[in-house]
Amino acid sequence: MSRIKRLYNWFEMRLQLEGPIKDAALHPVPKNTASWFYVFGSAATTLLILQIVTGILLAIVYVPSGSEAWQSLQELNNHLYLGWFLRAMHGWGSNFMVAVVLIHMCQVFTFGAYKYPRELTWILGVFMLLMTLGMAFTGQVLRFDQDAYWGLGIGASIASRVPVVGGPLVNLLLGGPMIAGATLSRFFALHVFVIPGILLLFTATHIWMVIKLGINDWPMPGRIVRRDTYLKEYHELAHKDGVPFVPDALWKDLFFSAAVLAAVALCAFVLGPIGPGGQPDPTIIDTVPKPDFFFLWLYAVLAYLPPSLETPFILIVPVLGICALVALPLLAGEGEKSWHRRPVAILLLVTIAVSLGIFTHLGTFTPWSPIMDAWSGDPVPPKMIHDVSPLERQGAVVFQAKQCRNCHSIGGSGGMRGPALDDVALRLTEDQLIRQVLQGGGNMPAYGKNLSPSETTALVRFLETMKPPGHQPAVDATQQEQKASAQQP
Amino acid sequence: MSEEKPVTRRSLLMGIGIAFNAIVGVAIAVPVIGYLLSPVKKKDAYNQWISLGKLDQFPEGQTRLADFVNPFKRAQDGETANTPCWVRRLSADKFQVFAINCAHLGCPVRWFPQSELFMCPCHGGVYYADGSRASGPPERGMFTYDYKIVNGELHINAGLMPTLADQAKLVSIVGKGKSPCLG
Repeated sequence: MSRIKRLYNWFEMRLQLEGPIKDAALHPVPKNTASWFYVFGSAATTLLILQIVTGILLAIVYVPSGSEAWQSLQELNNHLYLGWFLRAMHGWGSNFMVAVVLIHMCQVFTFGAYKYPRELTWILGVFMLLMTLGMAFTGQVLRFDQDAYWGLGIGASIASRVPVVGGPLVNLLLGGPMIAGATLSRFFALHVFVIPGILLLFTATHIWMVIKLGINDWPMPGRIVRRDTYLKEYHELAHKDGVPFVPDALWKDLFFSAAVLAAVALCAFVLGPIGPGGQPDPTIIDTVPKPDFFFLWLYAVLAYLPPSLETPFILIVPVLGICALVALPLLAGEGEKSWHRRPVAILLLVTIAVSLGIFTHLGTFTPWSPIMDAWSGDPVPPKMIHDVSPLERQGAVVFQAKQCRNCHSIGGSGGMRGPALDDVALRLTEDQLIRQVLQGGGNMPAYGKNLSPSETTALVRFLETMKPPGHQPAVDATQQEQKASAQQP
Repeated sequence: MSEEKPVTRRSLLMGIGIAFNAIVGVAIAVPVIGYLLSPVKKKDAYNQWISLGKLDQFPEGQTRLADFVNPFKRAQDGETANTPCWVRRLSADKFQVFAINCAHLGCPVRWFPQSELFMCPCHGGVYYADGSRASGPPERGMFTYDYKIVNGELHINAGLMPTLADQAKLVSIVGKGKSPCLG
């Protein structure tokens, strides 16, 4: 025992770390902050460390070369002992990290923790969120498969929309004229050196400020934050009704971090590594590129924006959003912290969360995309062509052969770009059907040029059978009126 | 703030030391900006005339997938240097060569000869056979490459990935998205 003590003293005399570490560990925190709501920041830090460790282990094998990256991932997945598991841990660790960072941000926002004197902690946190997302995107690129390739294409296309410097920006992003080896190399540098370096520095500063300024006190309705009194009030709270950070608060952090790590390992073990998908050969065009989970909402937003609004939206809204997040603690640095007294803030948070959730959900099944093989893969349900005339049956053939099915579903299968056509005969008259097919409109291409008159007739006859049994088809009231008046003497 | 500190020999030397570091730092760092910006080049610097092969592989009245090796290929590019494009032959010497990249966000568009439409799998952009916009989020028609016919081969001027920034030629958009009678 005494030998160990002597060894400790030998190092401590030279390092002199005991004092600052004890100060940091034993600093008093308000009692009610030793809460399960205060565990997300430390969990995010744990995940960051996990990502660094697994990242280094993967970098031992991964080859950041356009011609070999995909192959080296196959090697990791299939040939190296535990290679698949490390890739899975890194991939699922990334998903968890984005999620935990977002939850941490929501908690901090709800608890008003960004208010005086913790404004800079929040602002730094905003940039740490951006870097976490940056890590997620660059990481997806390193998984150099078809999704990565075309994801870069989307990135380059967005960059190209910037006025004046769009062209140079594309070149800078891609490292040349096209998505290729140079692109992968620079994303490797970003993912492995640049962003993690800054992220680590910011994380250290972020935690430093949390320790120095004290953890945010539990919000109480009516306990108003004022610049001239807050520090004194907090000091009293922490010292009169406080507990030492270690162990009273830390044990919950430790439990939660371990649980998150276990959850990552479980996901990794059960669900396995994420990709890589098909090899990054641009000549394989039968591909449906999709971003990773946390960018699906953006993918959905890009599908729904009207063309004229798209460029301004893509270029202006992110800037405004970041400015708003940075300005938040500067503009609302004082006042109520409690969610009971901040209805606008809470409604805003819920609205944003629900919107992101809905867009992400839409992104999982992309109702705006034509289903490329529906016309050849999904048969017309037999009951739809059971009791129909040969002409109508021919119309069903035209319906399939002209790829109508890629955008319109019938019998529950097919694309969702256009409306389902199971009851189209109730909505459109024969004339309207012909007009819609030939001239298009309302986001439908015009088929006038590539349907012969007989094909059009057959198709429209088939569509006219599309109604639930026992219902009358849509009729043109004016035509009936005219017919009736013509028959009258 | 107006408290004046006397300039001592040591504080002056320290000031000169800082300035010396700044000058050396700038002298070294400024050329490195050029290194970082080296991928930025004019379109012409990246584009070259490349052969897509013999004319007879493109039947008249049809649209076929072709591919070419990017003239800027480097050893580490692997298969990413191969670039596909759509070749539409209108008559013996009249062509349209479309980029594979959707004018919306660059995804690979697919040709459906039966309905004579190009469809994009990402956000549902659709184009007519002549490359003009039919529906969906693209704000213009498909990007085209310049072409010429040399010794019975089809050559295109390509290299740079076509995007909205490089002002790729605008396809005629007469009657876009409207009645085909107008087009």
